[in-house]
Amino acid sequence: MYTQGLDAKPADNTIPFNRTDPELERRFQERVDAEEKIEPRDWMPDGYRRTLVRQISQHAHSEIVGMLPEGNWITRAPTLRRKIALLAKVQDEGGHGLYLYSAAETLGVSRDELVEQLLSGKAKYSSIFNYPTLTWADIGTIGWLVDGAAIMNQVPLCRCSYGPYARAMIRICREESFHQRQGYEIVMTLAQGTPEQKRMAQDSLDRWWWPALMMFGPSDDASAHSAQNMRWKIKRFSNDELRQKFVDATVPQAEYLGLTIPDPDLRFNAETGHYEFGTIDWSEFERVLKGDGPCNRERLEARNKAWDDGAWVREAALAHARKRESRAAAQNQAGARGRA
Amino acid sequence: MARNEWPLYEVFIRPKNGLSHKHVGSLHAADARMAVENARDVYTRRGEGVSLWVVPSAAITASEPGEKESFFDPADDKIYRHPTFYTIPEDVKNI
Repeated sequence: MYTQGLDAKPADNTIPFNRTDPELERRFQERVDAEEKIEPRDWMPDGYRRTLVRQISQHAHSEIVGMLPEGNWITRAPTLRRKIALLAKVQDEGGHGLYLYSAAETLGVSRDELVEQLLSGKAKYSSIFNYPTLTWADIGTIGWLVDGAAIMNQVPLCRCSYGPYARAMIRICREESFHQRQGYEIVMTLAQGTPEQKRMAQDSLDRWWWPALMMFGPSDDASAHSAQNMRWKIKRFSNDELRQKFVDATVPQAEYLGLTIPDPDLRFNAETGHYEFGTIDWSEFERVLKGDGPCNRERLEARNKAWDDGAWVREAALAHARKRESRAAAQNQAGARGRA
Repeated sequence: MARNEWPLYEVFIRPKNGLSHKHVGSLHAADARMAVENARDVYTRRGEGVSLWVVPSAAITASEPGEKESFFDPADDKIYRHPTFYTIPEDVKNI
């Protein structure tokens, strides 16, 4: 569903690779400048590789953890139509996680290492998934705002300089728009329903609006790696540019629903053609990112439990495959002896 | 932990009959049959294909990207392999 601008964090040093080489780096940058794609076995600077592994795996983790808040409502969806749509959406998120893990693995990191980084709490994932889904309206709001923000962020990633990431993003973007539309439809149904339903939709928007804006990551002046990532064409727009696009696109959608964006400072600037909005509470963002959001512990516990509970299945499947393999080999040998 | 990781398979899809299989990504599976089933669930949720191949990633031998130039060079200066190399008067049709 989404990668966050978490690039203000120091790079991890788990993936050792090429030494620096000014000549190779110059040629690399030339290729990037010429909009040529970089493919897995091409030479690339260490920093580029590390940044991509971090970003793609954070993105993958976000997809996987993102299944939890929505999964919470599958059994309680109000109708069968809503239920099959939500099931399909959550299944998509799982698929997106897998495309992205595969893309990250092309950079020389193993799936198990990536999973381990998530389960131990070492890896980050999008802060938005550490908020609880308290009512059915939240499922609509997540589709509308969270997937909407994700699309804003992900469409430019389809042109990322790293081939496997760009290709994964193209697949993902193609599937995301169904998510956003199903979300908006849920909110619309509530907003046009009974006063109680409308209140539920408004309450949900009140709770998700600011966390959704935080999804774009720290503001540009606080984002340390932003310029380098732009040069490498991993990123095409800054966090603040994307956030502004999101606000501009979303405010009219809220107006259509007759819902109020919970920001007293929000106003349209006719001169710039953009909406101006209030200050984001970055201390909340930092707190949630550091692990003290409403659901951080619950999310990690759920992922760890799923991994541990599934261990016997993974082991049994592998043992079964190995047994069949050795049986087939033994039969081949016997066959060869028979012919001799 | 990595010792017990399921092997990696590359996934190829034929979008429809008449087209070649095309690489779409990869996945982990305990064996080839599971790889085919998982590939269906991961890569063809919306009618993307009519046929699937999975190949153990370890079975693929690839050319070296670092030797790209010297490896593909021999073809670069053989312009006589292209139709435009040959001059034919405009009056001659259907050629």
